Amino acid sequence: MTTPTTPILDSKCPTGPMSERWSKHRFELKLVNPANKRKFHVLVVGTGLAGASAAASLAELGYKVTVLCIHDTPRRAHSIAAQGGINGAKNYPNDGDSVRRLFYDTVKGGDYRARESNVHRLAEVSTSIIDQCVAQGVPFAREYGGLLDNRSFGGAQVSRTFYARGQTGQQLLLGAYQSMMRQVGLGKITLHARREMLDLVVVDGVARGVIARELTTGAIERYAADAVLLATGGYGNVFFLSTNAKFSNTTAIWRAHKRGALFGNPCFTQIHPTCIPVSGSYQSKLTLMSESLRNDGRVWVPKSKGDRRSPDLIPEAERDYYLERIYPSFGNLVPRDIASRRAKEMADAGRGVGESGMAVYLDFRDAIARDGAARIRERYGNLFQMYERITADDPYKVPMRIYPAVHYTMGGLWVDYNLESTIPGLFVLGEANFSDHGANRLGASALMQGLADGYFVIPATIGSHFAGRKLGAVSTDHPSFAAAERDVQGRVGKLLSIDGKRSADDFHRELGLVMWNQCGMARSEKGLKSALATIRGLRAEFWQNLRVLGSGEELNRELEKAGRVADFIELAELMVIDAEHRRESCGGHFREESQTPEGEALRDDANYAYVAAWQHAGDGPAMSWNLHKEPLTFEEVKLTQRSYK
Amino acid sequence: MSGGHDNHGGLNLTLHVWRQKNREAEGHFETYSLHGISEHCSFLEMLDQLNEQLLREGREPVAFDHDCREGICGSCSLVINGQAHGPDRETATCQLHMRRFHDGETIYIEPFRAKAFPIVRDLVCDRSAFDRIIARGGFVSVNTGSPQDANAIPIPKENADLAMDAAACIGCGACVAACPNAAAMLFVGAKISHLSLLPQGQPERRRRVLAMVEQMDKEGFGNCGNIYECEAACPKGISVENIARLNKEYLGASLTARPEKESAGGF
Repeated sequence: MTTPTTPILDSKCPTGPMSERWSKHRFELKLVNPANKRKFHVLVVGTGLAGASAAASLAELGYKVTVLCIHDTPRRAHSIAAQGGINGAKNYPNDGDSVRRLFYDTVKGGDYRARESNVHRLAEVSTSIIDQCVAQGVPFAREYGGLLDNRSFGGAQVSRTFYARGQTGQQLLLGAYQSMMRQVGLGKITLHARREMLDLVVVDGVARGVIARELTTGAIERYAADAVLLATGGYGNVFFLSTNAKFSNTTAIWRAHKRGALFGNPCFTQIHPTCIPVSGSYQSKLTLMSESLRNDGRVWVPKSKGDRRSPDLIPEAERDYYLERIYPSFGNLVPRDIASRRAKEMADAGRGVGESGMAVYLDFRDAIARDGAARIRERYGNLFQMYERITADDPYKVPMRIYPAVHYTMGGLWVDYNLESTIPGLFVLGEANFSDHGANRLGASALMQGLADGYFVIPATIGSHFAGRKLGAVSTDHPSFAAAERDVQGRVGKLLSIDGKRSADDFHRELGLVMWNQCGMARSEKGLKSALATIRGLRAEFWQNLRVLGSGEELNRELEKAGRVADFIELAELMVIDAEHRRESCGGHFREESQTPEGEALRDDANYAYVAAWQHAGDGPAMSWNLHKEPLTFEEVKLTQRSYK
Repeated sequence: MSGGHDNHGGLNLTLHVWRQKNREAEGHFETYSLHGISEHCSFLEMLDQLNEQLLREGREPVAFDHDCREGICGSCSLVINGQAHGPDRETATCQLHMRRFHDGETIYIEPFRAKAFPIVRDLVCDRSAFDRIIARGGFVSVNTGSPQDANAIPIPKENADLAMDAAACIGCGACVAACPNAAAMLFVGAKISHLSLLPQGQPERRRRVLAMVEQMDKEGFGNCGNIYECEAACPKGISVENIARLNKEYLGASLTARPEKESAGGF
C-alpha cells in the first residue's frame, strides 16, 4: 500500500521571525508588471468565497480571467450557507485579542497539525478581510453607536467573530460575487455557468487547463490557461449525509489528484456538534445549527440513563450540563471536535434524547429568561425558524435536539506556502486545499481562510509562477487536451453503458454509512480494515451494477451524480488508508487506541507531527498510493496536550 | 408531532409534473402516483423518492434545481399548486415539508415561468438574467486592498438592519414567477436598497439604479403593477418597500442624470 521510502515535501515556507515572514515573502516574490499581466490567462474553477474573491482580485490586477461554476449562477456556491461568522483579530471589543492570539488559538485548535507560517499569515490578513468586506457593503451586525458588533465562537476566549445575523456566509459571498460580477461587466472576466470540471490538463508537467462538461447540453469543452486555480470546496459529501450542499463534490480535486497532485491529510474531517438529527431513511442531507448558538444555548442530557421524560419535566438537579461540568473554563464553547465526541459519548452511554436517543439538548431557556425572547430572536431568529421548519418544534419553548454531523474537511490537495500544489501552475484555494486548520478547524475560520486565500494570498503568490517560469503558448489543440478529453468521454460513456440495477444515490448512501460508522467520529484499526474491504467491494459493484438512464448529450442529473459517486468511492479508500496509517488521535481524527484517561485525543508527536501527503500510484482492485511527509515544526506555539478545562 | 420516525403508513400522492425535454421542446404534464411518503420528509426528498421510483421503472427522472436544501442558496424553484415555493409563507421549496400535505392529495408541480427565465429541462429554468443585472451595477466599486479600517465608517444600526433585510435576498426568482407581469422589481429593489441605504453605496448610487433598471428592461422583465404577489412568495420575506425605494431612487436619478461620458475603466 505504501512504499517504505517516504520523500520529504518542501513547503517553501519563509524563515525568520514569524511575524515578519509574510511581508518578507511578499517582498521576495517576483512581480509581473501591469502591462504583462493582461497577457496571462488564469482559469478559476469554483465561485465560492475563495474562487470568487480570487477571480475578482486577479481581474482587478489586470489578469485575464475565466471562471467556471457548477451552478446556474456563481452566487449559489456553498459558502452561501455558512451561518455564524468570520473571525478577524481586530480587538474592537478590547478584550485582549491580537494577531498573535488568533494565530495561537488556531494552531492549538487544530491540535498542532497545521503549518505555523500559514496560520500566522491567516491571522495577519484577517483584519484586512473585515475592512474589505465592509467596504463592499457587507451588512455586518452593528451596535447602536454604529460600530461593528462581535460575538464568541468555540476555541476562543475573546469575541472576534463578525457576523451578519445567521447569514454571514451569504453576505460575504454576495460581496465577493458582486465584485466578481463587476469584473464580468467590465469584460475582464469571462464567466461560464453550469460547467463541471471533469479533468485537469497537464502539459510538460505544468497545469495548463481543464476539461469540463456543459451540464445543460452535455458538451465536453476544453479550457486552456497559464494557471489553474481550484476553489471547488470540500469533500464532506463522501459521507452522503452531511451539512454540505448536494452539488458539493470531490471530482475536481480528485481528478487533479489522479493527474499528480498530492492529497494532504485526507482523513481529517470535521464533525460539527450542532446539527439537526437524522430523522428517517429518506433523508438527503443534514442541516447545521450554527455554532454561534452555543453563545447562549446550554448543552445537556438527563443525568440518568433512558430518561424519556419531556425536557420541561426534568428538574434542574437531574440535568447534566456536561460540557460546563467537564470544561469549566470554555464550557459550551469548547472546539467542535471535543463537543462532538462528548455528545457521542452521552448517546453511546444511553443518555441521549429524542426518539432515536441519538441527540442531546441545546437549551435556550436560561438565555431567554435573562435577555428576553426578542433579543434572542434578533440574534438567531432565522436559525430558530429553520429549526422549526424542519422539526415542527419551537425552540423558544422546547430545547433544540442536536447531534453531530459531517461538516467540513480539513484535508484537501496539498499546497505549499504559495498555495501551489505539487503540479506547477495548479493552485488550490479555500476548503479544497489542506492548509491552515490542522486536524480541527475552529468555528468562523473557514470564511476567513477562503477569503484570505482569494483576496490576499493568491494575488501575491501567483506572480512567481508567471514571472519565474517560462510558459510557452498552449492552445486547446495541444494533444494533451485531446487525450484528456478522450479520457473524459470514455468515462462518461462507461457510466451510461453499465445498465445495472442500482442508482448512484443508492451506492452513495451505502458508502456514506460505511464511512460514518468506521471513519467518522471514532476510528479503530479493526473498523478501518473492514471498511477498506467493503469500499473496494462497493467500487467493483458500482462499475457493474450502476443504472444511469438517458444520454450524455442533455441535462442528465443521474449521470452527473454517477461521476461524482465514482470519485467519492475512490477517495473513501484513500481516507481510510490515511486514517489507518495515522495511529494517533488528533483533533477530529480520533483513534480509539490513542486516548487520554479522560477520553481526550492523545497525540503522538514523536511519530506523527507531519502532514501526510499521498501520491496516487495506481488503480486496480486495490488502489495504491505513495506517502510523502511534510514534517511540522513548532517554533512559536509549544506542543502540549490541548486543554480546555 | 416532533421526533421523527416513519411510524405510520405515510402519504399517498398523485403528482402532475411538468416534463419538457429541452428549451425548444413542447412541454406537458405527466401524472405519477407515489405511496408511503413520510410526513417528516421535505418536498425535495419526496421528489428524490419519485426519481428513484422512475429510475427503477426505467423512466427518466425529473430534473429540478436544488443544492443547499436549507433555504439559502436560492437554487430550488418550483411552482407548487400554482404558488411559487408552495403554500408556506417565507419558505423556500427545499424547506417545505410533507406534513403540509394530506393523504390522497393531488399536487401540481411546474417550473418558474417567465419570458426572462427560459426552461432548460423539466422544472429547471435559466435565471442568468439576474447575474447580468448585477453585473451592470449591483456592487460597490472597491478594489481588493484599498479600504480603510472597518470601523472608520459608523453606520446607524437601523440603516444597517434595513440594508440587511434587503440583502437577505437569495436570488431565487420566486418574485418573478409569482408576478403576473413577470417583473423583477423586488429582486432589483432589494439590491438597490441594500446598497443605497449604506454610505459605501453612495458614490455610485445614481448610475447604479439607472444601469440596473436598463438591464432589467432589456432582459424582458415586466413592470410592477402593485399586486404584491412577489412579497407573498418571497422565501426571505423581502418587503415591497424595496420596490418603493427602487422607484424613488430611479426617479431621483433620472431627474438629475447627465449623459454618461464614455469612461475608460467603466464603473
